[in-house]
Amino acid sequence: MSGPKFKSGLRLMSGNEAVAEAALYAGCRFFAGYPITPSTEIAEVLSKRLPQVGGFFLQMEDEIASMAATLGASLAGAKSMTATSGPGFSLKQENIGYGCIAEIPCVVVNVQRGGPSTGIPTGPMQGDIMQARWGTHGDHPVIVLYPDGVEDAFWETIRAFNLAERYRTPVILLTDEVIGHMRERMFLPKPGTVSIYNRRKPRRIPEKYYPYQGGTQDVPTMAPYGEGYRFHVTGLFHDRTGFPTNEPAEIDAEMRRLLRKISRAYNDIVKWEELFMDDAEEVIVAFGCTARSARAAVKRLRARDRKVGLFRLKTVWPFPERALIKIAKRAHVKKMLVPEMNNGQVLFEVERVAGRYCDVEGLQRLDSEMITPRQIIRALREN
Amino acid sequence: MAFDYDQYLRVDRLPHIWCPGCGHGIIFKALLRSIHGLEIDKNDLMLVSGIGCASRLPGYADFNTLHTTHGRALPFATGIKVMKANLHVIVTSGDGDAVAIGGNHFIHTCRRNIDMTLIVFNNSIYGMNGGQVSPTTPYGSFASTAPWGNLSVHFDFMKLAQGAGATFVARATTYHVKLLEKVITQAIAHKGFSVVEVLEDCPTAYGRRNKMRGPVQMMKFWKDNCVMIDALDKLPLEEAKEKIPIGIFCQTTRQEFTDEQHQVAQRAMGEE
Repeated sequence: MSGPKFKSGLRLMSGNEAVAEAALYAGCRFFAGYPITPSTEIAEVLSKRLPQVGGFFLQMEDEIASMAATLGASLAGAKSMTATSGPGFSLKQENIGYGCIAEIPCVVVNVQRGGPSTGIPTGPMQGDIMQARWGTHGDHPVIVLYPDGVEDAFWETIRAFNLAERYRTPVILLTDEVIGHMRERMFLPKPGTVSIYNRRKPRRIPEKYYPYQGGTQDVPTMAPYGEGYRFHVTGLFHDRTGFPTNEPAEIDAEMRRLLRKISRAYNDIVKWEELFMDDAEEVIVAFGCTARSARAAVKRLRARDRKVGLFRLKTVWPFPERALIKIAKRAHVKKMLVPEMNNGQVLFEVERVAGRYCDVEGLQRLDSEMITPRQIIRALREN
Repeated sequence: MAFDYDQYLRVDRLPHIWCPGCGHGIIFKALLRSIHGLEIDKNDLMLVSGIGCASRLPGYADFNTLHTTHGRALPFATGIKVMKANLHVIVTSGDGDAVAIGGNHFIHTCRRNIDMTLIVFNNSIYGMNGGQVSPTTPYGSFASTAPWGNLSVHFDFMKLAQGAGATFVARATTYHVKLLEKVITQAIAHKGFSVVEVLEDCPTAYGRRNKMRGPVQMMKFWKDNCVMIDALDKLPLEEAKEKIPIGIFCQTTRQEFTDEQHQVAQRAMGEE
């Protein structure tokens, strides 16, 4: 990965462009998508860029097919991605579940817009936090990342691919209309300087390969189709061979391994950013575009000697509960404020985790306008 | 010497789940003979399916196999084929899988003319789920969700596939096994998207509700009512109208999707 196809240096980019470019750095060589606002630029950029690096772009007939083709390409050995927004994310849920149970690495980008239904296609909201966690049916493991700006979107996209490959699972990258469409200065790194993880292939001979044997980290090795390993993949519960099973003990073992492979990797997956947290008495827990307002609010209040800090979620799921409990237990922490552009989806989680140690307040906006720093400051003053 | 099917089977996965009298075994065997005749290496063959009785077939076959979600086999297969153009990709699908829930994928895969083969196991019913009406259930037939008779006409796969742009389109039945093997062989060898519809028997879920309780009755129905498409013209018009044409409906060539994708990549990589 080098040469003029990757132009490193300072650039002015939108969040959607940064996601698309980052995918190429991460080694993505297949994208299947369907046009939908406000995510469409990701598809547009990749339709031009992917062939330039020897990859493939497919505009499919619908969101469901896009998700299916993305999984198919991954099974054939490619790093693959799809991108969508609100209603399209709903349609993809069926096959996201397939990706979870069949353990197929891929990245699903959801540039959030206002919903439910068609909602407000051109306006930002943050209402898909819980859908990203629970959108597909049945218990399932999930990794969801949420950047707060263009540069962060670039690096979190690369992290999304690395986590997908490491844990053999779909990773959801949430952004929002603000992150997707705003332009910021961005430094594109030199190709080859970015740390990339590639899925582990089996070392065993085909006759002794079990595509769903967890191993020490509960993550099975993955052979691509067409290279001599004639294995079976199904969305039915299966044993280590990949063939269906109705045995309760085997179903239980598979479900628990699937959930365990993500929960045991908490320290590797869960990341957050802290700002002025050492002596903070009031903590703002924020994410995505709302974290930008929260950062501005914290800086203004610090200038007035208010002991306010910011805890920004970079990983939304698994929820960073261990980190938040530690903070909530600090004697000087009196309150947590959760501003979000939904009806309190993350507030519920923070209440669950920190509610018994400190006050937890929410600040919600449902009109597809950003929460301003002033609103956050006012909310802290009122309480 | 009898054909050795075991060389292509995962015999440890047997017995299969299909009912006595089901036509799937006949199609499965024809498919294996076709693959054998074409001398395709087992490692180079990719079998993909959706959900339903026919979709359980790949689990029994010793190839690269993928059992996906309901109706979605074709887009999964498309992703695989684009990345691994050297694989022979064959999709097995039931009638409900292919043109009810998967109808949109079906027409668009025809349109793309991607080099894959779709074999539709058309038993006119949702067999696995217990006999609900499907888009290929004949008008007036009975099903568990059509107790008063089916109120809509059935899809004609052959017209649908041709209209949507498939470049090889053929129909056979489980009675006409020689034709079946021949068209499957030609379909796999065809460069482009090929569709083979197989009219077959589900005495359990379809037959017993429609006065064809036994598989023999159903086979006899195909024997008495199907005519080779070339021979149709020779019949009196009134008689021809009553018959079900079988054989090759369309065999043509045009640009193939995977080739085009790879050419675009070559061109784009060459430009600085």
